[in-house]
Formats: sequence, C-alpha cells, structure tokens
Amino acid sequence: MHKSWWKIASVILLVYTIVGGFLMDVPRLFILNESIRNLYFHVSMWFAMMILFGVSLVYSIKYLSKQQYKHDIYASAYAGTGTFLGLLGYATGAVWANYTWVTDQGQSLSNILKEPKLLGAGIAILIYCAYFVLRGSFTDMDKKARVTAVYNIFAFVMLFPTIWIIPRLVGSLHPGAPGSDSGNPALNFNDIDSRLRMVFYPAVIGWTLLAVWITTLKIRTRLLADKSLL
Amino acid sequence: MKKVFATILLLTLNLLLISFSATAQTEQPEMADAMRSNGKIYVVVVICLIILFGLIGYVFRIDRKLTKLEKQQKD
Repeated sequence: MHKSWWKIASVILLVYTIVGGFLMDVPRLFILNESIRNLYFHVSMWFAMMILFGVSLVYSIKYLSKQQYKHDIYASAYAGTGTFLGLLGYATGAVWANYTWVTDQGQSLSNILKEPKLLGAGIAILIYCAYFVLRGSFTDMDKKARVTAVYNIFAFVMLFPTIWIIPRLVGSLHPGAPGSDSGNPALNFNDIDSRLRMVFYPAVIGWTLLAVWITTLKIRTRLLADKSLL
Repeated sequence: MKKVFATILLLTLNLLLISFSATAQTEQPEMADAMRSNGKIYVVVVICLIILFGLIGYVFRIDRKLTKLEKQQKD
C-alpha cells in the first residue's frame, strides 16, 4: 500500500456515510419520504463521475502537451471508472424514479421518457462510451492516444449542455429543475437541508476517493503490463 | 351580561380547539418510524457495512498484490 492516508480516509468517510446515512435525522418530505437518503448514494455517484471525468480531461490535455504515453493510460482509466459510476447513477436513478414518479405520482411512461435529465445524462454516458469504441478502433498507439485525447476534451465539453445547462432550463420531474412542483427538495444547494449536507458532502468525498483508488489500481496494472512501451 | 361573556368565551375556546385538532390532523409525510423504533434499521446498517467492508477488503488485496508485483519488477 503506498500513499495510504487517503485510502483510509475513504474507508472512514464511507463507513460514516452508511451509518450516518441510515441513522441520522432527515427532513420529512412528501413523495420522497425515507427515500431521501438515496441522496447520499445516487447523487454522490454523479458527483464522483464528474470529478473523475474532470481528472481524465486534465490528463488528456497533459498528453497533448507532453506526448507521454502514461498520461494516455491515466486519462482512459479515469474516463472508464467515471463511465462506470455514471451507469451506477443511472441504474440507481431508475429504481428511485420507479417508486417516486411512477408509483407515487402516477406519471406516464411518455412523461418519463421526455425527462430532460434522463435524456441528457444518457447522451453524456453514450458520448463517453463512444470514447472507448474509438480507442478500440486504432492499431497505431500514438495516433490512438492523440485522437482520443482530443475526443476526450470534446466529451467533457459535451457534459456542459447535456447535464449542467439544459436540465436546469426546462421543467422536469427531477428535483432541482425549475417547475418541479412535487414538493421535493431540489438538488439546488440553497434548498438542501443542513441535516442532509452533514452526510452528503462527506459521502461525495468518500465515494470519489474510493473511485480514485480503484482507478489507480487499473493504472498500475496497465503500467506494469506496458512496461516495455514506457 | 355574564352569560354573554361566558358564551363568547366558550365559543372562542371551541374554535381554538377545533383549529388545534385540525392542525394535528394535517397529514405528515410517512417515514419508516416503525423500523427505527423496533431497531430493524440497525440490521440494514450492519448488512451494508458488511458489503462495504467486503468490497474494500477486496480492493485492498488487489492493491497489495499489485505492490508486490511492482516490487518484483523493480528487482
């Protein structure tokens, strides 16, 4: 184990997330009820995903400026873990929406399919999936690293309209959208209750650190395997 | 005169009572309070902690194996 203090911090924060997340007091809200605790898990996945995509972007830019193969490995590993977290966020959101939108509010399928947040997040994840398709389609290593580094910058830039801008502009069932009248607390930082923040922020840090830990394992494996190329 | 006062007092008291009971009846969002009071929530916490520790233990082992491999390669 090298540089292990942040790995220990990750474990401590995640234990706190589960213990505090299930046992501490949360605001009593209609529709969401006890499921507001999903905030510590579902929303944290998305936050960790964005942070990892950001790290991936930094390494792609580094690759383009210094042309070091190891930066390409870093960028692809971070993008991979980020995409995985995005899929987890999507899956957990699907289950949550099933109980709060379909069962409790009786929303029709066509309403849910029109959800800007679901569409935007889906497009964003597909763009990152295309990054891996692109990586797989090259035989020349240098070309692969260069072209995919540029594509990775494009993919990150596409996060702006798909998950940060458009879902904030149009009405949606999802908390945090203008016109969401379901009595939910938005994922609008002015609205989140201080009781929720006490667990939410540590949860985001804990999940992100765990994701980084897993990514460093992937990177170290690749560095070992490609030793001859470095 | 006293009678009028008494009736007014009674009426206002009545009204107050009615309004109190009305507020008491406004619906509160339903929470899993039963789970909290009978302690079953601790079972959920323990199970989630076991899964978390299992996963972290697994990651930890991969980490250690990788460190070993890295050392071997250096030698």
